This record gives sequence, C-alpha cells and structure tokens, in this order.
Amino acid sequence: MAMLEITDLAVRFATTDGTVSAVNGVSLTLDKGETLGIVGESGSGKSQLAFAIMGLLAKNGTATGSVRFDGQEILNAPRKTINPIRANKIAMVFQDPMTSLNPYMRVSDQMAEVLTLHKGMSKAEAVAESIRMLDAVKIPDAKGRARLYPHEFSGGMRQRVMIAMSLLCRPELLIADEPTTALDVTVQAQIMNLLAELQHDFGMATILITHDLGVVAGFCKEVLVLYGGTVMEKGPTDPLFATPSHPYTRGLLAAIPRVDQEEEALHSIPGSPPNMTAAPKGCPFAPRCGHAGEDCLDHLHPLSEFAPGRWRACNRSVEDLA
Amino acid sequence: MITYILKRLAIAVPTLLLLVIISFLLMHAAPGGPFTQERQLPPAVLANLNAKYGLDEPLWRQLVSYVWGIVAHFDFGPSFIYKDRTVNEIIAQGFPVTLTYGTVSFVVAVVLGVALGVSAAIWHNSWLDYLAVGISIGAQVLPNFVMAPLLLLTFTWWLGWLPGGGWEGGDWRYMVMPVIALSTSFMASIARLTRASMLEVLTSNHIRTARAKGLPESQVILKHALKPALLPVLSYLGPTFVLMITGSVVVDFYFSTGGIGKSFVDSALNRDYAVMLGITILVGALTIFFNLVVDILYAWIDPKIRY
Repeated sequence: MAMLEITDLAVRFATTDGTVSAVNGVSLTLDKGETLGIVGESGSGKSQLAFAIMGLLAKNGTATGSVRFDGQEILNAPRKTINPIRANKIAMVFQDPMTSLNPYMRVSDQMAEVLTLHKGMSKAEAVAESIRMLDAVKIPDAKGRARLYPHEFSGGMRQRVMIAMSLLCRPELLIADEPTTALDVTVQAQIMNLLAELQHDFGMATILITHDLGVVAGFCKEVLVLYGGTVMEKGPTDPLFATPSHPYTRGLLAAIPRVDQEEEALHSIPGSPPNMTAAPKGCPFAPRCGHAGEDCLDHLHPLSEFAPGRWRACNRSVEDLA
Repeated sequence: MITYILKRLAIAVPTLLLLVIISFLLMHAAPGGPFTQERQLPPAVLANLNAKYGLDEPLWRQLVSYVWGIVAHFDFGPSFIYKDRTVNEIIAQGFPVTLTYGTVSFVVAVVLGVALGVSAAIWHNSWLDYLAVGISIGAQVLPNFVMAPLLLLTFTWWLGWLPGGGWEGGDWRYMVMPVIALSTSFMASIARLTRASMLEVLTSNHIRTARAKGLPESQVILKHALKPALLPVLSYLGPTFVLMITGSVVVDFYFSTGGIGKSFVDSALNRDYAVMLGITILVGALTIFFNLVVDILYAWIDPKIRY
C-alpha cells in the first residue's frame, strides 16, 4: 500500500458563470520519501489538486474521488479526522510567503502553536524547537528573529520561515505549492537548494507544484504534467524530459528560453489555456495542439502505460508524433 | 510612542481653540440672542441684561474673556437662561448620566454587534447570516425617535414592566429602554462592518495557513481572524463612543433621563451661548481624545504600525 493514493480526483467550483472543472480525474500514488513534481501552466489545476488533498478548497469548491493517506480516506473528511493530519503528517508550503504568514503574530508564536497543538509541547519547549527549526532553514540569529513579526523579514526569509513551520512535526509528506514563484531568481535557487537538502535530511515524501521545469528536473524523481485539470503525461523525470511523449510536454520544453541558441524569438505554445467553465469533452489541449484531429475534440485516450513506468494520455501514438 | 502621544495632545490645543472660535462666531452670526422673546423686552431691560452678561462688548473681547475664563479658572461661564446655574454645573449634572447610559449602550452595541457580525460571517449564507443581516438592516432603518415611543408603548403602557422615564441615580430599570434605543442602530452598523471585514479576512492566505496547521476552526477564528477583522471596526468605534457618551436628545427627551443631549439642543434653541459652547468643547475634546485612543489601539493590534 502506497503512502498516498489518489484515485480519480476531481475538483469543481460553482461560480456565477457556471461550474468550473479545475481537476478532472487525476490518479497518482506516492511512497515514503519519493519526490513528485506536478507541472502545468497557470490555471491547470495544480494548486487546487493540492488544496483538495489538504481539505483547503474554497467554500464553493467540491472534490470527488478518493485520497487515501496511510490507508485512511481523507478526501472530504470531517475536521476531526483531517486536523490531526494537517501539519502533523501532511504539511504544506504556500505560494506567497508575503501573505501566507499571519502578520499580527510573532513568528515564534505562529510556529509554536503547531507543536503545542500536535505534539502537546509546552509553550517554552515549542518555542525552543521552533528556533532550532529556524536554525535548520539557515535563518541567521534565529533566536533573535523568532521574536519578530513577518513584515520584518524579506520574502526569501519568510519562505524559509514557512518551510521551517511546515517541517516542525517532521511530516511524512510535504506539499510545496510553487514555493519560489514570488521570489527573486537568486533567492529561488537558495530556497530550492534548501528544500532539496531538507528533503534529503528529513526523508519526507514531497510533492512539488511548479510551472518551472528546470526546478522539477533538479528536484523530482517523478513528474506529472497537468493540463486543463487532466494528466497529460507522467513518468520518471529524466526520460520524460529527454523524450517527451506528449505534444503538450514538448511544447512546454520548447518554451524554455535557452541561452546557448541564437534564436531571435521565444517559443510559445499558440493559444491560451482552456476556459474551464466549458470543459472540453475530448482532449483539453486539442485546440492548441499541432497533431490534433477531429477525434481529439470528441474523446481522449485514457492515461496508459506505453513504456515501463511511463504513462501518457493522447490519441496519437508516440510514433505518429515523430 | 510617548513622543507621538505628546505631539498629538499638543496639536489638540490649537484644534480645540479653532473649534471654539468657529463655533463662537457661527453662534453669534445666527440671528436672535438669549433674551430674544416673542414679546419684545423694553430696550432698557435688554440693555441691562446684555451689560450684565457682557454681551454689549465687542465680539473679540467676549471671545477673549470666554477663553481666558476656561484657561485660567476652568470656568465655562454662566447659563444665560437658567439664571442661577453655571455651565460647569449643568455639565457636571448631566454628563455623568449620559456617560453612564452611553457607556452601557456602547458595550452592548459592541458585544452584540461583533458577535452578530462574526457569526454571520462564519456561517455565511446560512439562515443565521440572513437573520443577522435582516436584524442589522431593520435596526438601522428604524430611527430611534420611532423606536423610543414604541418601546414606551410596549414596556410601560401595555406590559407595565418598566418605568416610563426618569433616572433615579442610574437604577437598571430606568436604563433598559434608553440603552436599547441608543445602542440598536450602532449595534447594526458594527455588525455589518464586522461581517464584511470578517468575510474578507476568512478568505485571506494566512487564514488558509492557519487551517493547514490543523487548528480547530474556533482557534482559527479567535487567534487568527478576529484581530484583522476588527481593525476596520476599530476606527468606527472611536467617534461612535463619543457620540454615545455625549448622549442623545431623543433618549433624553423620551425617557426624561436628564442627560446633556437635551441640554445641548435646548441651548441651541434658546441661544444659551455659554451652554452651547461648553458642550461643543466637551464633545470636541472627547472626539480628539478617543481618536487618539483608537490610534494607540491600532499600534497595539497591528505590529506594522509604529509611531
């Protein structure tokens, strides 16, 4: 039994413009210590997938399917089931460190409450442990800074605080939702190196959600490519990047600007992500795909294994795309 | 922080002086005077009265001696209408009454308003939310001059539960109806403000973080959401508190509570210059003071605010 088993997860939002299908039937498994990257453009449903796992969807969102963690169903679980798991077994690092910390509480207080809640520590023990963790994420003068408020930290330092906070209970699974999007490029690299180091030291399984393929390549053993809330391709990172089997993955990889090629124009995938209020019946990528035919607008071949460990959902065969 | 407070208090002095000058000039610009009556007084009598109260002197001298009386002796002058009473006496008698029922009304309005607003936001779009919104709109559109006689009709005339007026040193039975009449519309405004601001806070990222920690929802609300949700309400509370403790003419009129709300309106109608100015200064000074209190509270709640 895998640690995390997601089966046919779908997330829908009721809006005034109709139902938005953010995630459509995603299935995946993750074992202890594994690293999975979830890649996709803005609006591909990758963050909502993470929120659904944690039970943090907005009020107008509903999730269907199944999420099992250590064998226990946690999707749509009541608070008394999910609360002991949150931050304790599954922790999350959010996208925007500027707004994700409570601006009205001292950093030590917002960290310590995690430990007093889940580990039954006294306030003093919890603060001491929080300071140790701030030290572990390389915040200089952790003891002095723990007494500060979030606005007294820079963006990168705040994300370090977020990461330290998420690791307090030594979770089995860490979900990092675009942890570096809001940060400077130089700081991004520091944070990713830190995460990689901590992942190695603590040995927790990690789901890294990002649109940055470079980050995934350096961090994750497995990758899942999401488009329009649907899994387009998944498999081990190296072969997936070396020989992408899906037109969308190829487009994504081609869109990475390269300094070693003297090309004038930047590559982009023509068109824009689908409007999910009218979720297409067939392949969500079909309107932007150079290989699409009539059949792609009508149905999508389900995700299937075409080589050991490698899965793809496409009506064209790999040979057709060559 | 201390320097900031001292600076604010120092600015209060010219502000109050300006308030006195403008009110003084406006008051004298209005036609009529304290001794204008339907039946003209004989000119000799009028001249004597004016001379007695110094009203025959040029305006600037009246103003200077008035301000000097306050600064030197804390003397706000005599009432022009109630011959044997000074303004100090009128305020000393009426203000404790309004301060008492005003403070009670304020506490009632804040406690009920915040509770109603927070519950409406937590159970957004539930029957409780609709009820809270209904109550607050109802309470806000029902003016207290309509509510006061309805209260009297119900509790005094029909049910006979409560005395119809008076103060009796602040006995609770005499305070119930004034407090209801005064607090209801403020309670409604506080509830609506709290609800709107709490709804916004509950969708903010740091609340999502608090939930991701596995905190029970009660702690998410109390430890993480309440403070930011009350910040916008706080700036409303300063002026509101002053409005409430300086009384309401409607309450004083219907329930014969004898507060300064009625004295204020009477003084304006009677051109009782000194009483009018005295109460204006009181309200002005309280407004300045409680705005300062609100600003200090802001710094205490929001660590980003430093003076």
